[in-house]
Amino acid sequence: MNATNHRWRNWKNASMQALACGCALLVIAPLGLVFYHLIKSGVGAVNWDFFTKLPKPVGELGGGMANAIVGTFVLLGNASLIGVPVGVLGGVYLSEYGSSKLNWWIRLGADVLNGVPSIIWGMVVYALVVLPMEGFSAWAGGIVLGLIMIPLIMRTTEEVLQLVPNGYREAALALGIAQWRTIVQIVVRTALKGIATGVLLALARVAGETAPLLFTAFGNRFWNHSLSDPIAVLPLQIFSYAISPYEDWHRQAWAGALVLLVLITVINFSVRVLTRDRFPSNKS
Amino acid sequence: MNTAMTTGEETNSPPARMEQQFAPVRTDVPAPRVGEATAKSAVPALAIRRLCVYFGAHQVLKEVSLDIQTRAVTAIIGPSGCGKSTFLRSINRMHELIPEARMEGEIRLFDQDIYSRLVEPVIVRRRVGMVFQKSNPFPTMSIADNVTVGLRLNGVRARSVLAERTEQSLRMAALWDEVKDRLQDPAISLSGGQQQRLCIARALAVQPDVLLMDEPASALDPLATSKIEDLILELKRNYTIVIVTHNMQQAARISDFTAFFYLGQLIEFDTTRKIFTNPTQKQTEDYVTGRFG
Repeated sequence: MNATNHRWRNWKNASMQALACGCALLVIAPLGLVFYHLIKSGVGAVNWDFFTKLPKPVGELGGGMANAIVGTFVLLGNASLIGVPVGVLGGVYLSEYGSSKLNWWIRLGADVLNGVPSIIWGMVVYALVVLPMEGFSAWAGGIVLGLIMIPLIMRTTEEVLQLVPNGYREAALALGIAQWRTIVQIVVRTALKGIATGVLLALARVAGETAPLLFTAFGNRFWNHSLSDPIAVLPLQIFSYAISPYEDWHRQAWAGALVLLVLITVINFSVRVLTRDRFPSNKS
Repeated sequence: MNTAMTTGEETNSPPARMEQQFAPVRTDVPAPRVGEATAKSAVPALAIRRLCVYFGAHQVLKEVSLDIQTRAVTAIIGPSGCGKSTFLRSINRMHELIPEARMEGEIRLFDQDIYSRLVEPVIVRRRVGMVFQKSNPFPTMSIADNVTVGLRLNGVRARSVLAERTEQSLRMAALWDEVKDRLQDPAISLSGGQQQRLCIARALAVQPDVLLMDEPASALDPLATSKIEDLILELKRNYTIVIVTHNMQQAARISDFTAFFYLGQLIEFDTTRKIFTNPTQKQTEDYVTGRFG
């Protein structure tokens, strides 16, 4: 307990704190760099035309990515139609029903699926949807994104449902409320914000997927008029513009990347807003 | 033991079909229901015979038999782990939520076997309400919605019925005057004692015949506890109440009958006065005098 000892301890404490702080900064540094670079290179090409015009033919300057921006939202909508109901109900099953042995296998399956590279999802949907339909389509793109969302949503839904105190389930059942009503009206409702958070995070994750869309949605330089036709999406458009030899397309690719990043950031911010509510979903 | 029962000649109606007797939530009868069945029946509210409950291989209750009288407070006392809560939960079949739980024996609610194949646990729980140790109002709902949730989720839509039942239940739970001006506030804005009374109102709103209470005041301060105790004495006029308590003084203050459980067995069951002044069993005496447990 002498002074030297004390100083040494203070020094250790301070240096560990500095180290942890440095690591934390290292985590957000890339985000700052990415934003800085995207804004520097892309903001010049973000203009009214970019949001409202179709791509121009090769060799012509100008044009925009309106079709790809709309296509991204169409695919996200399609994906939600598949991913949200299956994912949420699967999470409800894991949390509220199910035997522990079966649940163990389902969880393992979901975790493995979460780790499957997205290009493999693309191949699966190529074989299951694109080949039988004899063509790339918005459907196939929506399906592949939806499939990627399912295990993500399922696990987050299960986790937030597990956070609902058991007392609420017991209270509802003791009132003679049937189990399914208890689950829908009490348990899921209590955890609704958490479930919505999981859905938004899954959307943010698939919004930037490129690889699985290469051979499902395929991309399109025009407006998509049927979900059975190929559809343009931002990540694909960025990809094909970025590998092109044209200076103007490169600028547009930067602009597309900036728009996509802003979209994903907006989704993440709305998650923050959702989780900051006066009825907290994770009240224990 | 049956001194409390001053009953006239009352013949029980021949057992109608189980499904009919276990009617869904009643909206036609005003609350508090001065129960026709509970009114003057020689039949005890609950007749429990040779009840054994197992969790897996572990036997939690061993051949428990006792009668719970109508419109009386029956206290269940005993040291932790003696099976009090399990006993309580087997009365409204809540123990079935625990996987691997199984029971043997018989529980009759006003002469109807609640474990009959014809009876759904959901129906039993509408007739046997429960209040838990930790108050658990639903956090997503307002005060009023918490009271009526049992009705609404069982198909009662009529606003007039819901409003009427809200007031009646909150009055019975001695909470009306404190919350009548803020019925739409979130339930979790209430204090702990108020939340527990709200839970009691919520249980009363579905008009059960029997009210089970699992240490309803053990998490509350003395003032809130005494309010709950007054409330229980008040509710006894219309309801049959079974209360698990760790608090011996509480059992002595509010109950008419007391059952002492130890290690899964019913050691002694008698009037509260007898249990606390002149128990037959040595173990009971040791427990109520604070020598163990």
